[in-house]
Amino acid sequence: MNLEFIHQYLPLYQEAAILTVQIGVLGILASILIGILCTMIHYFRVPVARQIAAAYVEISRNTPLLIQLFFIYYGLPKIGIRTNPYACGVAGLAFLGGSYMAETFRSGIDAVDKIQTESAASLGLSGLQALRYVIFPQALSISFPAFMANVIFLLKETSVFSAISLMDLMFTAKDLIGLYYQTTESLFLLVIFYLLILLPVSIVGSLIERRLRYAGFGS
Amino acid sequence: MPDLGLNVLFKGKNLTRLLGGLGVALQISLLSVGISIVLGILLGVLMTWKNPVSRVLTRLWLETVRIMPQMVLLFLVYFGTTRVFGWNLSGEMSAVIVFSFWGAAEMGDLVRGALLSIPAHQYESAAALGMSGAQTYRYIILPQTVRRLIPLSMNLITRMIKTTSLVLMIGVVEVLKVSQQIIEANRMSSPNAAFGVYLTVFFLYFIACWPISVLAGYLEKRWK
Repeated sequence: MNLEFIHQYLPLYQEAAILTVQIGVLGILASILIGILCTMIHYFRVPVARQIAAAYVEISRNTPLLIQLFFIYYGLPKIGIRTNPYACGVAGLAFLGGSYMAETFRSGIDAVDKIQTESAASLGLSGLQALRYVIFPQALSISFPAFMANVIFLLKETSVFSAISLMDLMFTAKDLIGLYYQTTESLFLLVIFYLLILLPVSIVGSLIERRLRYAGFGS
Repeated sequence: MPDLGLNVLFKGKNLTRLLGGLGVALQISLLSVGISIVLGILLGVLMTWKNPVSRVLTRLWLETVRIMPQMVLLFLVYFGTTRVFGWNLSGEMSAVIVFSFWGAAEMGDLVRGALLSIPAHQYESAAALGMSGAQTYRYIILPQTVRRLIPLSMNLITRMIKTTSLVLMIGVVEVLKVSQQIIEANRMSSPNAAFGVYLTVFFLYFIACWPISVLAGYLEKRWK
């Protein structure tokens, strides 16, 4: 192991990691918004929009992110939609993640017993109140583990961004291997940086999961 | 109507080449799926053992593939083994190794979950009816486990097919690489080929995965 090499190229990895996290966080936030939107459309049974949301979920869940990115980055400019790689990365991650989040939230809401909605109605809560005070807290508790799994999945998916020439961790590692043949050191740093990003998320996630385990209590 | 570059597909053998590329990707995924199912069932049974050593090892295996992006694992096997062990693995070989390693762990976790989800009274009732251990497994436990397992493992299979697209990055000539070649070769005659070709690849993957997802959803509902 060449420590001098590691020391020299550490800042490069640091920059790449920041880029990975930035795109990851933006993409995940956007996918949460898309997920909430799709779930609301499903919950309130909005006509037409409901079918569109369902079709979007099927298309996005059954195609790989790499292909989605290629289409967005190389395909769309041909019909006049031009963006930079950074925006493409966020858009691609949001397109993929939106459907995963939508499925998670939807199954969380579906898992709340029907009797809960009925009881809320009989207590005189309006539709929105029932959603806010009865359905949502339980759905949150039920879907949180799957939500955390999605977050980790999406952070892992950021590793394909090097394909659209974003200088992320994979790109940096491949570049250094190609330039200096310091394969062991480059791969070592790559693994360490992904661990630094993903381990804390995984640990914090399971801590929150434990605190949120209240739905279905007593059943 | 702008030129969508779809005409490139019908020139020469382009469409056949594209499908051939998809075939390479599907071959890699199906081979890995087969290995993962066999290894995963063994691993899943191992995961239900109370032995602390097997517990820690299987847990470590599962957490490794859960935390590390598949891309990183591909790089480790493809570039890493050459440097450290001096092996010269082809891209396809590395991909099968990585996807089997990953798939086996995920499959193992599904098998473990399915086995543990069978309530103890099923075993007890079978014993009360005078069934032997083998009979209990054959007629009571396995049918229920398999029903829970099949929809979940079908979802894993679609995930593995989708992840196979990553092999482009370690130099395997699959459907994306073929697309790049076709687009490059027709740069002059149809400059908009990138749109049509990538759109086609997009739907090829969709056609490969969607039926499996639909069937998985249907079975899940039916066997509930």
